[in-house]
Amino acid sequence: MQTENIIRRSFFLVALTSIIFLAGILVTLVVNALPALREIGLGLFTTTHWYPTAEPPEFGVIPLIAASLWITAGALLFSVPLGILFSLFLSEVLPEKIKAFLKPTVELLANIPSVVYGFFGMVFLAPLVMRLFHLPVGLNGLTASIVLGIMALPTITSVCEDSLNAVPRTYREASLALGATKWETMIHVTLPAAASGVSAAVVLGLGRAIGETMTVLMVAGGAAVIPRSLLQPMRPITANIAAEMGEAAVGGLHYQSLFALALFLLIITLFINQISDTIVEKSRQRFKVQ
Amino acid sequence: MEKIIKIKNLNLWFGEKHILKDINMDFQANEISAIIGPSGCGKSTLIRTLNRMNDLIPETKIKGSVLLDGQDIYQEHNVVTLRTKVGMVFQRPNPFPKSIFENVAYGLRVQGIHKHREIAGRVENTLKAAALWDEVKDNLNQNAFQLSGGQQQRLCIARALAVEPEVILFDEPCSALDPISTARIEELLLKLKTSYTIIIVTHNMQQAARVADTTAFLLMGELIEVGETSQIFKQPKDKRTEDYITGRFG
Amino acid sequence: MKRNRFLIQKFWFAILGLSGLVIAIILFALIFFVTVRGFRVINWEFLTAAPKDGMTAGGIFPAIVGTFYLTLLAIAAALPVGVITAIYLNEYADRTNCLVRLSRKAVNALAGIPSVVFGLFGLALFVNFLHFGVSILSGGLTLAIMILPVIIRSSEEALSAVPFSFREASLALGASKWYTIRRAVLPTALPGIFTGAILGIGRVAGETAPIMFTAATFFTGRLPSSIRDEVMALPYHIYGLMTEGTHPEQQAPIAYGTALVLLILVLGIDLIAILWRYRSRKTKKW
Repeated sequence: MQTENIIRRSFFLVALTSIIFLAGILVTLVVNALPALREIGLGLFTTTHWYPTAEPPEFGVIPLIAASLWITAGALLFSVPLGILFSLFLSEVLPEKIKAFLKPTVELLANIPSVVYGFFGMVFLAPLVMRLFHLPVGLNGLTASIVLGIMALPTITSVCEDSLNAVPRTYREASLALGATKWETMIHVTLPAAASGVSAAVVLGLGRAIGETMTVLMVAGGAAVIPRSLLQPMRPITANIAAEMGEAAVGGLHYQSLFALALFLLIITLFINQISDTIVEKSRQRFKVQ
Repeated sequence: MEKIIKIKNLNLWFGEKHILKDINMDFQANEISAIIGPSGCGKSTLIRTLNRMNDLIPETKIKGSVLLDGQDIYQEHNVVTLRTKVGMVFQRPNPFPKSIFENVAYGLRVQGIHKHREIAGRVENTLKAAALWDEVKDNLNQNAFQLSGGQQQRLCIARALAVEPEVILFDEPCSALDPISTARIEELLLKLKTSYTIIIVTHNMQQAARVADTTAFLLMGELIEVGETSQIFKQPKDKRTEDYITGRFG
Repeated sequence: MKRNRFLIQKFWFAILGLSGLVIAIILFALIFFVTVRGFRVINWEFLTAAPKDGMTAGGIFPAIVGTFYLTLLAIAAALPVGVITAIYLNEYADRTNCLVRLSRKAVNALAGIPSVVFGLFGLALFVNFLHFGVSILSGGLTLAIMILPVIIRSSEEALSAVPFSFREASLALGASKWYTIRRAVLPTALPGIFTGAILGIGRVAGETAPIMFTAATFFTGRLPSSIRDEVMALPYHIYGLMTEGTHPEQQAPIAYGTALVLLILVLGIDLIAILWRYRSRKTKKW
């Protein structure tokens, strides 16, 4: 009995490490960001320039946030419809055997390293975009959106497919037995019943897209100006942190301001994940009642 | 009396498994026909061939013919029109996660009826026909899941009635219900048979005895015996039917 | 009317099929492009030699070694912690306990944090605060924290897939809880736990942002001799070749080769995990 208790207690302590790490990350970011937040304060939002190495330095985060929003919106604009359509195709149209092969394949694609996607964007997509829109360079918001959208596709497709799959078969049977076609059943019964899962997939895709670093660092173009069109080079928050951290002097204002950006990013992604968790939890309860 | 459905030499396989073996039987219009038999005998599969729900199961193979009003449903009908003529109520109540009104209106909307007044009228009539109207008339926009199990099943019956089928298939409609709800559904079945042809699969022999005009006994995919309900229960011709009815197996 | 409804269905099914086709083409393009271009570069020397002539020639051996060390350290650190956490959460935890619920929430939250944030955390904690410097140690630990939630989740899934009757049978014979877990639960869950770990390896091997400031360097002439050395790493090497250096035209082919090696490595590891899972599911008898 003695050993039982020792094991239980020590396992409990180990199980707390996740909490410790999460708290540790929060504290580390806050501690490192605080001096910058105090010193720059509202200047973060009043200046429209991010020139950390200028004299005097300017730390306007608006261009960076705007770039993140543009690129994320662009990515979701094409990956959400495409992902939902493809998940319908997988779950409702294709025969079980083909689906059993395609689903893991799609999930495998989610594991391709982001630096490979970024590389592909640089060598393949950027020249294409450049020629298509007659631009001097192909590294811009649009290219970044496309690559990010491709990266979000497996996540969105897979989560959507799971939630379509979770819709009880009896709903489909009831609809078909009333003389609805397969398509009518999908669009009026199955998809609405899976709505919460589908929205969780979209939110999850959103979180992925906002937090993705290497791809946007490589293909977004890197200009820290407030973008007016997707075809401009941009510098989203994540890319900015990755690009400048190497040069920022440890403990300096620049270094601290990058931690402030990371803190901002962390809070946003935690918030987004909380939303998607809540949606999933709610939908799970709903199906339980039935 | 008119024979609305005729099954001829029907055989069905799921993959290698021979589920229905050479079934020959007819169903009379405006009657309640019951199909009884032990679980796994193929009775659900049999009625699901009548509205082609088995099409959904991969590797299903069907031989023989099923005639509805003289037309082969596997040759001459398309599935969608067939299913508007042959409605179905399932084992467990399966309303859509929509309002009561939208559940009943679903089949109408699918058929392209969009005038609100027409839909509202037909929803009211079918809910009355399904003996549910008085209980839900003030809450038509309520989610169907808030109804009790028995009410949900009557809603599913109303939903099937709304598209005005000729035949309604009931696949063990009371297996998930309490005795009181079951009694209400049986009462409803007897009322409905004046306007519809009803085919019911049931595990419950008393239920067949109470409601059915004709009863068929199915065993391991073979049709053992069909006849008037009273004859099947009082003087079965086949020894196996007798054994089942008297509770020696099943 | 009827014909119309079938036409609508046909039209939309065609659109659905088209969506599949678009996705297939994109991904085929990606894999085909990297494979064909990368294949031309890869040979024995490429895999076993160090870069030379200012990154325009030679191989990527130091990057392969660096990625190997980083991954090894990350998995070695994350696996025990992850599996024990999963055992506690699945076997011992009282689900109503608020610390337990907080721990679950923390696992979920960690899984969603952007990789660059982990990089910054590693930089502040390991590199600067604990003075580990830019090293395998700092990078490996940063990566370990990042894949911890992946390992916890897959281990928990594997544990909860073990039928409850196994535990009951063992407990009913008078075995203690820990003995039951060790002898009845863990062996059954092991294939699932390993699959999760292998998938974690694939993930770690391809990450760039967490090691950018904690472990990786664009060029070092020698192989690491201790855990405190900085290293080259495959993903960072691709990034470096594309964005740094003075001869972009000559560096690009090497980047193709590196990308292909990384792709084969990551997808190969994942494939092993998937095949393993498939096999262990097939032999499952309950």
